[in-house]
Amino acid sequence: MFENLSDKLQRAFKSLRGQGTITEENIGEALREIRVALLEADVNLNVVKDLIDHIRARAVGQEVMTALSPTEQVIKIVRDELIALLGKDTARFKFASQPPTVILMAGLQGSGKTTTSGKLAAWLQKGGHRPMLVSVDVYRPAAREQLKIVAKSIKANLYEGDLKGETAGTALVERLAKEARREAIITGCDTLIVDTAGRLHIDEDLMDEMQRLKALLNPQEILFIADAMTGQDAVRSADEFHKRFSLTGIVLTKMDGDARGGAALSIRHVTGQPVKFIGMGEKPDAFEPFHPDRIVSRILGMGDIMTLIEKAEEKLDRKKSEDFAKKALSGDGFSLEDFRDQLRQIKKLGSLQSIMKMLPSVGPFQGIQQMADQVDESQFTRVEAIINSMTKKERANHEIISGSRRKRIANGSGTSVQEVNQLLRQYAQMRKMFKSAGKGGMLQRKLMGSLGGMKGMGR
Amino acid sequence: MIQTLFGSLKEAEEPEKKGLFDRMRQAVSRTRESLNDRIEGVLAMTREVDEAALEELEMSLLASDLGVATTTEVVNALREHAKRQQIRDGAELKDLLRAQLKAILDEQQKPPKTVAIGPEVILMVGVNGTGKTTTSGKLAAFYRAQGKTAMLCAADTFRAAAIEQLEVWAERSGVEIIKTRQGGDPSAALYDALQAAKARAIDVLLVDTAGRLHTKNSLMAELDKMRRTAQRLIPDAPHEVLLVMDATTGQNGLQQARLFTSFAGVTGIVLTKLDGTAKGGIAIAIAKELNLPVRFVGTGEKLENLLPFDSGAFVDSLLGA
Repeated sequence: MFENLSDKLQRAFKSLRGQGTITEENIGEALREIRVALLEADVNLNVVKDLIDHIRARAVGQEVMTALSPTEQVIKIVRDELIALLGKDTARFKFASQPPTVILMAGLQGSGKTTTSGKLAAWLQKGGHRPMLVSVDVYRPAAREQLKIVAKSIKANLYEGDLKGETAGTALVERLAKEARREAIITGCDTLIVDTAGRLHIDEDLMDEMQRLKALLNPQEILFIADAMTGQDAVRSADEFHKRFSLTGIVLTKMDGDARGGAALSIRHVTGQPVKFIGMGEKPDAFEPFHPDRIVSRILGMGDIMTLIEKAEEKLDRKKSEDFAKKALSGDGFSLEDFRDQLRQIKKLGSLQSIMKMLPSVGPFQGIQQMADQVDESQFTRVEAIINSMTKKERANHEIISGSRRKRIANGSGTSVQEVNQLLRQYAQMRKMFKSAGKGGMLQRKLMGSLGGMKGMGR
Repeated sequence: MIQTLFGSLKEAEEPEKKGLFDRMRQAVSRTRESLNDRIEGVLAMTREVDEAALEELEMSLLASDLGVATTTEVVNALREHAKRQQIRDGAELKDLLRAQLKAILDEQQKPPKTVAIGPEVILMVGVNGTGKTTTSGKLAAFYRAQGKTAMLCAADTFRAAAIEQLEVWAERSGVEIIKTRQGGDPSAALYDALQAAKARAIDVLLVDTAGRLHTKNSLMAELDKMRRTAQRLIPDAPHEVLLVMDATTGQNGLQQARLFTSFAGVTGIVLTKLDGTAKGGIAIAIAKELNLPVRFVGTGEKLENLLPFDSGAFVDSLLGA
């Protein structure tokens, strides 16, 4: 659905070839494309407006370089601008000189405060700290139960407290918070993570409650937990929270989806506070410090090759891949069994769509991001089902798969003979292609060449 | 060459740094005046409709998450209408815009599937944290108030304490709940619930599923399995698949709707948290591009804070009437 920004710019700049400088006129279309890209990424409207003005001011009058295409030149400016606004470095976490360090988790309903509290505790534990968790969400049904289960799963300390039948309200919230801090001191916990109820920024009562909680606990960190999928309204809630409580940082959650995360820019700018962490999934360790440069690529729809590489290193079996490559390029070629192994490996990285979107759309991957939305993921499963329905012998030697065998395989996998035929045809082609590449080393050279061409686009 | 470019850019950048940041702050604080005020500002003017007014209107629609494509289409149509009908002032333009947005939403409002053999099965799906459990509970109360019998099925076996949360809602709305343990198979829980609902001649079975990002294939496939499970016991089930969406959702909402529809066959949207400042403009983009109606809106955490969708009221709130 989204066309990659660099492709759009490429088109916008066709007219620029042969012209010496970037001018007010010839950059107009490019700026419009940048504006749309930013808006589609949910960057706040006014932030977009000012960014565009600033980019225009910097780009106009620049000489068209020979080493960089005008597209690359402008993208460079856009990237620099966005990174400058997000802050260059990964933010640090503040600790109290006198423990316990108190961390207050704040945010709207459903942004992921409880899950993030658990992740933060796990992260602190990994860093050698002794965190204690407490939930003062006495409003949402089973909210405190949820944190209890989370704490247990990561073996973190939890102050459970006793409601003693007290009615839900600020008095109870304050009592729990006070008790939890005392408990943290007694049990030698150096950090106290306070999970609070989700609240709307226009809910006066609950905003007052948070203010009293802040006065009571005097926290070192007040983190605003925000959903990466938030749209234009992000600035309004973040601004109100910041005005009331002076936030010290932001956690952007649900970043494992395909939201562009433009809200990060908006929230950063309305509060002036850094994004400190991002949430990447529901597991306790799916939590990372925030790297501004990576989200910039994502906002611009330009791929996130760094994250992809990290993911691949973590999830893929390197030896298996190398074996596959050796086999594929050698005289014997790879079998359907090897092919299935590769499919399974790729699946570990996530959906094909999300992988394709992480690739930059230059060099060998040109156009691949646009294809991502057309990919039929179920195709993947069908291919695997077809291979699963073959016998071991058939997988090792595809040539023995006769008409009757094809019929059996189609029945077994719930597909059609045509689909089986198609797979076998494609497999045979691929096998041949790899083999001939192995002989001449042509494919490798070609790949290396285009990768070399990508370097300029890095960062 | 690159070095030169870097160098020259750096120099130009340094002195401006602080200025830029301050301007950003200023820029963003401007949005604090609500969209309503802004549209009022544009539309209350009784001057002739000109391009500047339309452009301002475009900004306002973008600011309420309608998205670039939908906004452009709406504004272009508005411009054409305004020309043809010789619109004179802001009030007329506003009426025209309201009618246009309302038409986009109304076009999708078809009556839900009739239920041949009960119970009516409603599957609640969506990404994490949009309010599925809360909405399930409120819907149970909604159907009870209509004189129907309802039952809840706790098929979110993944999130910690999701079942306990739904139990509280079952108690509040006075309906029975069928559940399994955390970590259990959601399809198994659904199977049990379907059998119980059939045996007890329940009218509506509400199935609360785990939140999942639409990009996670295996989790999305689980929804498909649940659909098939439902179909085995009740041929037409699920009769409704409601995508629960947070009103603050930005442009990603389209992708959510697209993928949940392709995996789980979404039949309508529930727009939650409309009691905040976000007005859920993404619902208009979804109606336009994916032909999905909005069925209900959530307006708070209380049992009664759920309303059937009213396109007129929704558009009025969006435009700040």
